[in-house]
Amino acid sequence: MSKPRGLIAHTWSGLKKDPLGMAGFVLVSFILLLTILAPWLAPYDPLDVNVHNRLSGPSAAHWLGTDQLGRDILSRVLYGGQVALKVSLVAISVAMAIGLLLGMLAGLGPRWLDRVLVIGFDTVRSFPTIMFALAIVALTGPSLNTVIGVIIITSIPVYARVVRTQTRALRQRDFILAERAMGASTGRILRDHVLPNIAAPLFILASMDVPAVVGMEAGLSFLGLGVSPPTPSWGSILNDGYSYLRNSPWPIIAGGIPLIAVTLGFTFFGESLRDIFDPKLRGKDR
Amino acid sequence: MLRFIVRRGLLSLLILFLAVSLMFGMIHMVPGDPATVMLGPKATPEMKAEFSRRLGLDQPLAVQLGRFYAGLARGDLGEDPFTNREVTVIVWEQLPYTLVLVLVAIGGASLLGIPLGCFSAIRRNSLLDRLTAVMSVAFIAIPSFVVALYLLLWLAVKWRWFPAMGAGESGNLADQAHHLVLPAIALGLGWVGYIARMVRASMLEVMEENHIRTARAFGLPERTVIVHYALRIAMLPTVTILGMGIGTMLSGALFAEIVFSRPGIGKLLYEAVLTRNYPIVMGSVLVTTGFFVLSTLASDIINAMLDPRLRERQGSGE
Repeated sequence: MSKPRGLIAHTWSGLKKDPLGMAGFVLVSFILLLTILAPWLAPYDPLDVNVHNRLSGPSAAHWLGTDQLGRDILSRVLYGGQVALKVSLVAISVAMAIGLLLGMLAGLGPRWLDRVLVIGFDTVRSFPTIMFALAIVALTGPSLNTVIGVIIITSIPVYARVVRTQTRALRQRDFILAERAMGASTGRILRDHVLPNIAAPLFILASMDVPAVVGMEAGLSFLGLGVSPPTPSWGSILNDGYSYLRNSPWPIIAGGIPLIAVTLGFTFFGESLRDIFDPKLRGKDR
Repeated sequence: MLRFIVRRGLLSLLILFLAVSLMFGMIHMVPGDPATVMLGPKATPEMKAEFSRRLGLDQPLAVQLGRFYAGLARGDLGEDPFTNREVTVIVWEQLPYTLVLVLVAIGGASLLGIPLGCFSAIRRNSLLDRLTAVMSVAFIAIPSFVVALYLLLWLAVKWRWFPAMGAGESGNLADQAHHLVLPAIALGLGWVGYIARMVRASMLEVMEENHIRTARAFGLPERTVIVHYALRIAMLPTVTILGMGIGTMLSGALFAEIVFSRPGIGKLLYEAVLTRNYPIVMGSVLVTTGFFVLSTLASDIINAMLDPRLRERQGSGE
């Protein structure tokens, strides 16, 4: 694995050759910037109610109009990005960490442990994700933490499976066998050889996982099972818009666009990263 | 081959068993007993006790789980505590709506995706090929409920081309088909590009093979070579993907059903979740998970029949 500086230069030169990947990167950076700067950019408090100006269309004062309580939709969309960002950051990093641990355990551990873990992964994956999420929410009640928890549980197998496969493949390689023969401990092999070799695929997987995670949060919030009102989330903006669909189309238009932008941006960016770092991951589907 | 099917089938059963038991166990790990949650804060202790007894909630977890599986073996999933109707009956009433939606969605996606992928493979790097490549990535990523909402907003509410809610008058096929269009597009759109991508990749592979070259050498028209020789083989991997797609779509259907207020398993589950109707939640989760596991199993078996190399690998859990 090359040094960090070389890594960034390599990514950059790869992105420059791939217009779609570059577009994704620009889109992702733009949205991230808007989301982080939301407190400074938002023209109004996203929770400020103004019943005299309900469900209005776009105007100079409210660029994206107002919702059923007269709240400024633009401000709510900007702040809604923070929920999506928080959920993806927390859920993906935790799922990745646990997946890494379990995947290496399955890859290096005894055969029975591997079997048990793989059946465990398959069991979790056998629930259609949204059904699983609904069932959990039915039990624990709606909250953002529940959403994060569900996403973590359902994503662990995705990461763990990749780590397991890579670890198993590495285990047989000559340089690992040589290290072992020279008396290197399992911990040392994991840290010095396995980890650097699976880092790139994991991060690519993570960037391609963002659209699914953001969509999941928005979907659950749309169903009224995610963030509790009045917190703005893209999903809850869409939910409000759905209830007042016949009065004003603007909440739905405004709530949907950032979702489409984020999912497209991360998908194009992630595909490009994958092509740059690990053409093998492409498989034969392209 | 038989050994593979038996082994893979048993594994699927085990996974289904674990998933259902897990689900069952979770209901009982929640703080507060289900009776309180379901009856609400105004219920008296006597009402709760009666309710728990009726649902068998006063028994130890192992006994309840045993009863549940005994019932399942008889095709009995218990009663809806609110309406006293059988859960199996309720689920069976809703299932056809979801199945029709899923089949139409996946059928429509294949009708568009297969020719698109085929054309992309024949005219590589043409404008259409590049568009398909971008589209196949883009449409998969966009959440289907956003597509559903936009379709509802424009085609149903603004332009009134299609009805906004319901499944149509029963017995009136044209009306039902009309109601099916938008939900099916919302559900199937993401699959068009995916199918096109799969067909394109396997077409490119097949076109290089000897029998295609032989067919060409015999002077058969290009059209016959492509449709009768190449596409027939290139379709096989796509068929297995479609099998898995049906399972995945069953849960995707939930959003389409809610946005367009259509009856179906997804809507049933959603409403059961809101009212904490656990028997219905268990029943609908069991059915969808069952379908999901079954369709994965089916596509694994078809795959193994097509490619003997997979048998060994999948059998050993790779």
